[in-house]
Formats: sequence, C-alpha cells, structure tokens
Amino acid sequence: MKVLVCISHVPDTTSKINFTADNKEFDKNGVQFVINPYDEFGLTRAVWLQEKQGAQVTVLTVGRADTEPTLRKALAIGANDAIRIDADPTDGYFVAKQIAEVVKENQYDLVIAGRESIDYNGGQVPGMVAAMLNMPFVNACVGLEVEGDKASLIREIDGGKEKLTASLPLVVGGQKGLVEEKDLKIPNMRGIMSARTKPLNVREAVDADHKVAVGSFEKPAPKSAVKMIDAENVEELVSLLHNEAKVI
Amino acid sequence: MSVIVYLENWEGKFKKNTFEAAQYAAKTAEMMGTDAIGVTFGEISDDASVIGKYGLNKVINLKGDDFKEFNNYKIAAALKDVASQNGGDTFIISGTFNGKAVAPVLAINTEAGLITNVTEMPSSTSPLTVKRSVFSSKGFVEYSTEAANRIIVFIPNSVGVTEGEGSAEVNEGSVSIGEVPAVNVTEVDRVKGKIPLPEAERVVSGGRGMKGPDNWGMIEDLAEVLDAGTACSKPVSDMGWRPHTEHVGQTGIAINPDLYVAIGISGAIQHLAGVSNSKTIVAINNDAEAPFFKAADYGIVGDAFEVVPKLTKAIKKFKAEN
Repeated sequence: MKVLVCISHVPDTTSKINFTADNKEFDKNGVQFVINPYDEFGLTRAVWLQEKQGAQVTVLTVGRADTEPTLRKALAIGANDAIRIDADPTDGYFVAKQIAEVVKENQYDLVIAGRESIDYNGGQVPGMVAAMLNMPFVNACVGLEVEGDKASLIREIDGGKEKLTASLPLVVGGQKGLVEEKDLKIPNMRGIMSARTKPLNVREAVDADHKVAVGSFEKPAPKSAVKMIDAENVEELVSLLHNEAKVI
Repeated sequence: MSVIVYLENWEGKFKKNTFEAAQYAAKTAEMMGTDAIGVTFGEISDDASVIGKYGLNKVINLKGDDFKEFNNYKIAAALKDVASQNGGDTFIISGTFNGKAVAPVLAINTEAGLITNVTEMPSSTSPLTVKRSVFSSKGFVEYSTEAANRIIVFIPNSVGVTEGEGSAEVNEGSVSIGEVPAVNVTEVDRVKGKIPLPEAERVVSGGRGMKGPDNWGMIEDLAEVLDAGTACSKPVSDMGWRPHTEHVGQTGIAINPDLYVAIGISGAIQHLAGVSNSKTIVAINNDAEAPFFKAADYGIVGDAFEVVPKLTKAIKKFKAEN
C-alpha cells in the first residue's frame, strides 16, 4: 500500500499574526513554522499503517526551500520519503493540481491531507485532488481502517458521525480522531538522525491556473475593554446580556 | 446568469443555516440583478415554501435513490446540472460538514473559483469579491475571482438571517448524475436533543477549571436555560472528559455564536482563535489574570462552582419574568 500524506507548513498555533505594512502579505518575521496540526493526525495514522501493515509513506508539500525543515520533521516522525513541489502555495486549485499530478504518476492507494490548514483555512485541497482524479473523498475523517483494497471510515457530520466504506484509491481530509492527541508521534533521536538521509525530492511545479486573487489583509477590530461584574451580582450580567448585548 | 443555492436539510427538516444560505443567495442575486434558485434533496417533511420568507421564489426538490444518503459527488453533479438548466454561474453553500465536502468537487466539475470561510456578503459581484476569515480568525482578507463560475462557502451563523414575507414555489426536478465515485454509508449516528456547535446561536463551554467530567452537570444546566450548545477546551477533550466533537478552538471546531460563555477556560491563544468571532463573550474564571478577560466582553472573577449555578438560577428567573 502506498500512502501520500500532504502537509502544509504553517505558523505555530501560538503565533501572533501580523501582516506586512502594505497589508498585502502575511509577515513571517519571527514566526515559527510547524506541520499543520490537522495534517499531523493523518501523518501519525499513515505511520501506523506503515508499522502494522507495511505501507510505504511519502510526505509532500507545495512550498519553497524554507519548508524543508517541516518535511524533515515529517520524515523524523516516520515517513519513508518526501517530495517538495517548488512553488508558492497561494491558491487551492493550483496546489491541488500539483498534488494530483504526483498522485497520478506514483499511483498512491491512499491520499491523506488535513481537512484544512490553520493558515488560510481553505479546506479546498483534499476535495479538489479527489475530484481531479475521480476518487472517493471522505472529509472531516475521524476514523480510518484499511484492509486489502477496502477502507472503513468514520466522518464527522453536523451533530454526529457517519460510518462508511469505500474502495481504494481514496482521498481523506483528516482531523483529530484519525489518532488521538496523546498518540501523536513525536520525533525521537533515531528518527531525527535517519531523517537527514531519507530522500527528499524537489520537483518543478506543473502549469496550473490561479482561480482566485488575494486582496488586502486586515486584523480583527480590537475588542472594547471587558466589563467586570461582581461574582455576588450575577443579576447584573443577566441584565447586560439582555439590554446591552441583546443575546438573551 | 443566476444563483444556485444548496439548501441542506437534515432528515427532511431545515435549520437556521438553511435559511441563512437562502438569504445569502437571494441578496447576492439581487446584487447581480438576477434570481436565485434553491436546491434541496430527498424527502422534505418541512413545508419547503417557507424558504420564500428568506427571499427565494423557486425551490427545486430532487428526490430518488441517488439522494437517499449523502454522496458529495452526487450533490455536486446535481447542483451543476441544475445550474446548466437555469443558467446558473454562482453557487452559495453553507460551510457545514456536508457543504465543505461538496464545494471542492463542484469547483472542479464547473471549473469555478471557490472562496471558502466567508464571513460577509460580497462587496462586489463583478468580479466576485468577498471577505473571508484567515489564520483561524486572527485575520481577514478579501478574495476575488474572475472565473466564469464561482462558489461561495460561508461560515454558518456569520452573516445572520432575518425572516420576511413570501412563499417559494416548490417543484420536483430531474437531473443526470452520471458515474461518480462510490462510498457506502453503513451507519448514521446523530446525537439527539443536542444543538450542533457550528450552528449554535449560544454556546456554554467548560475548561480545565471544571476539575473533572463529573462536574459537567452545571454546564449542561446553564446551556439548557440558555438554549445553548455545550463545548469544551482542547485539554478537556484530550483528557477524555468530553467528546472531541465538543472541542472548540484552533484545531477543533471554529464557532461564531451570538453568545459564548467560557467557564474555567484560561483563554490560550489557540482557544481564542476558534471562538473570537463570537459576538458576545462572557468569561468566568477564578484567576483574575486569566488571558480570557482580555478577549471577553463581560467577566466574572469567581469560583465557577458557585457562580454558574447562581447564573443559571438568575437566567431562569429572568426568563420566567419576561
């Protein structure tokens, strides 16, 4: 079984988000980058399939050379090899096209990506890759078992869960639940050492459209100061929620 | 040109975010000087003509074996076919779990420009330009697309909905789906009597300060009097006190209710990222230095075990009197 795990290189979850002075770009100054948290669950699940069922796990990102430490971390966690497509991932359609080309060429049985990235929150790429290749797509996936060429999956739906089965090849949009938080793999020293010599192939991007254009960034309007209410006087809060906030 | 809107129903019933989608579509169509057509799938137990109160004149109900269970490819193919029958070039989808599974497939099938995570009405429809949330609500940015077909996926409860007058004409339609990738749904398990978080107008949420899963009764009591959904912070879900489906924050569910009550949650930046779009935030915490107080509209420093039951009682009393 060949598994492709698609990874986004994103600002650490604790990052303060700033934009450049002209508001045209995200300001990377002083920001630590990590594997997108939604992708980590899929990566750990893939490494589990490698350890238990002999899967071959490739990680891929679309990004410039500065994303390589993130790919090396994925290799340290246990992926067998890595692919970097040398382009700026500025458009969901463009990124999906890059991934679909690689999947077509290397014939993966299973493609796992996070259901969204925590930077642009598009949630577009895994579904687009599936549609480009006419493969089943299971989004917001919280359970994945593979046996032969069949997968049993659980996806989150509004207010509950849905169990389903599908044949490989298949594309999954993953999240927490694919593995539990406590079971997320953290690179150990041996993993970090071996990651240095695992193959990391850099490929040129294929031509693809950009379907959307990005305008000006802005930060959320600052909150007005908090109104503190005495713990002995919860009635005042009720009255404020009714008269001022008008939410009850 | 016309606007096509996916009117999701849950076991034949519409919800507020169905109406929100209808109204979003009607207003967008008005901006474009055209009509919006709603498409809903399967047997409808609600009276679908109520969609007219939100500005739509026409609803197409597609029935048959293809739509008995959810398949994102079939919904996408049907929406595409309805669009081609009616000159549709603009699609509106609410960002529910199903909506998010349909949109990217529809985008590829119609070669559309797809703009997701949208928080406002478009500022222009030519080219389509609309504001969306990025960096888990830590920023916003305007996207635009010049593509001939375009799809907007908005965040549920972000634009709101107001009921008006009107009645929509509801007709059964027919579409051709063709061959699509198959998935077999084996079981659907919906929690009964709970308000799903992405669409909840009010949310009561507990953190580590609740000290253990046995103390959740008071969260549920407060949620009940407020007609609210219940949620929790990441550590609470990681420790297994509450199910993952309740985890709100950057890596859980992002919500934007009218009221968010955070109890015993310190307010780490990752948590705030998922809840800061809430219109009104109340923080209750025994630590006056908790960062949540900087992000809240109203704050109470106090022991949750005393404050929360008192608050529940006070709201009950208020509701009885008003």
